[in-house]
Amino acid sequence: MSVTLAPKVDAGPRQAKQPGQRRHLLWTVAAAVLILVLSYLLPPFRNYQLATVGAYLCVTAGLTVLTGLNGQLSLGHGALMAAGAYTVALVQEKLAGRGQWTLLVAVLAAIVVATAAGAVVGLAAARLRGPYLAGLTLAVAVLVPAIASTFDKTFNSDQGLSVYVDPPPVALGAAFPYERWQAWLAWIGALLTVLLLATLVSGRFGRALRAVRDDEAAARLAGVNVARTQVLAFVVSAACAGLGGALFAVLAQSVSPGAFPLSLSLFLVMAIVIGGLGSLAGAIWGAVLLVALPALAHSVTDSIDVSPAVAQRLEGNLPLALFGITLIVVMLAAPGGIASLRPRRRKA
Amino acid sequence: MDRFVFLTFDGLSRGAVYAAFALALVLIWRATRIVNFAQGAMAVATAYVGYSVSAATGSYWLGFVVAVLGGLVLGAATERVVMRFVDHSSHLNGVVVALGLVLVIQGVLGMIYGNEFRPAEAPFSREAFTVGGIALLSPFDLFVFGAVFIVVVLLAVLFTRTSVGLRMRASAFAPDVSRLLGVNVGGMLTLGWALAAAVGSLAGMLVLPTELGLHPNAMDIVFVSSFTAAVVGGLDSAVGAVAGGLIVGLLLSYVSGYLGATVAPIAVLLLLVVVLLGRPGGLFSRSAARAV
Repeated sequence: MSVTLAPKVDAGPRQAKQPGQRRHLLWTVAAAVLILVLSYLLPPFRNYQLATVGAYLCVTAGLTVLTGLNGQLSLGHGALMAAGAYTVALVQEKLAGRGQWTLLVAVLAAIVVATAAGAVVGLAAARLRGPYLAGLTLAVAVLVPAIASTFDKTFNSDQGLSVYVDPPPVALGAAFPYERWQAWLAWIGALLTVLLLATLVSGRFGRALRAVRDDEAAARLAGVNVARTQVLAFVVSAACAGLGGALFAVLAQSVSPGAFPLSLSLFLVMAIVIGGLGSLAGAIWGAVLLVALPALAHSVTDSIDVSPAVAQRLEGNLPLALFGITLIVVMLAAPGGIASLRPRRRKA
Repeated sequence: MDRFVFLTFDGLSRGAVYAAFALALVLIWRATRIVNFAQGAMAVATAYVGYSVSAATGSYWLGFVVAVLGGLVLGAATERVVMRFVDHSSHLNGVVVALGLVLVIQGVLGMIYGNEFRPAEAPFSREAFTVGGIALLSPFDLFVFGAVFIVVVLLAVLFTRTSVGLRMRASAFAPDVSRLLGVNVGGMLTLGWALAAAVGSLAGMLVLPTELGLHPNAMDIVFVSSFTAAVVGGLDSAVGAVAGGLIVGLLLSYVSGYLGATVAPIAVLLLLVVVLLGRPGGLFSRSAARAV
């Protein structure tokens, strides 16, 4: 199977490239219209949830490229999100009140910082396999509180920082709901991310990613630079995680280590596995799931009659257990594990 | 100098726990080529059960025994119910399933016991003896050394001197041939998981009273340290795991003693990176060809 990839790597379907890009663009415009309509129909809290889905989508889309298409498992994306989120907080603090453009600067800075962090991890990751990589990225994920407390002058240890965000532009009207503005912001980021990633992975880079995932030796024989491809995959997905983290900071208007626990990184992996590894559509389902399951747990605990203390315990932990069970069942029920969860249809 | 001596003993005591925990990781890795990422969560779960028994009966030791036996049962159940059915075509599968277990265990623990830190009582005093004005070791540290030493000796005897140990090694080394020779390979795998989880639970009971306390996530950082210990020793080597555990324990103790406790996880990550990039097979490995 993997050997047949070899001739395809260079015989890039140059003719197929244009229609593919146009299709991606059409989908993105359609999605943008859908989100726009939704943001006017939904009540404020649903709009906030919609915005959260968008922020998650940035991360899950990037992680899909890394884990689904390139076969590198990262448990450290929560930490990369934290890098992006803290960058936004610090930049916004410096530039507070100078206008809407500062947010763009802050988000770009967040992407740059997360990309740099991802490049460091990715350089190490390219030399590691399987459980070693998982263990290293796990170590990165549990590092967030330690870094926040070690450099507490900058990061204010466990309390974290608040994030200054401007109100919606006046041009939109004085009564423009803040949550709708948040949904717009998040989905501008998410749709751009997905469009860029879709374009990227449908081309030569995407074929290299898959070739490396399926058989490194065959990929190398076909002229793919394996290490470079792996580092690039990590960098790309780190940039997406940085953007996602930045959006989270903007949505929550605060950052703290508690917002990026190890379980967040595990949730992200779970989301892309359940959503379906290797397709960006799966990343969308995963992002929806990440918001929907806790909401579901919330309504379940609301509906049963228990004391407030028990309800609080259930609400915080029921999603964890549900996520875990779903993950195990999916992994065991799909006979080939992760491999068989890949979409059958290969376009490359 | 006094401080250095104290930190050295403290580090060796911590290291002994990491060694035991790393040994548990190595046991499972050698048998199944899975790094059990759920081991920390499993150890916390049995520790919660153990401390519940202690609280109900008033006897620490009853709870201790229940925790270790609980580890045996939980390990066997994990292998029988979940891990046996993991597809081995991709090495990611075992990791992802173990992470699912982590979420389930932490979720269930949180639902039953809540997410507050609970104090974990130590069976012996943690006040250090002083010799000539220098603080050396506490009775609890001695207990840790003793317990880990006994476990290491028992495991060594089991694997090198008994027929069960031989069968376990055979099933890990050549499952198909062992099966032809009449070894119950599946049973050996279950036994391996049970033993490893029991050792992990013991390590949990030894490390939780020190500074962590009971919390569903209490062992996350211990897992990372112990994984580092196992990698430092080479995931395949039991002797390496013990040595790696002591190295990581000493490093952590010196770093938290001289630079501050919050820097310790950063030091662990650096050690892990250096070892993985410099000697991915561990400090004690001879050079080996990597299968393409």
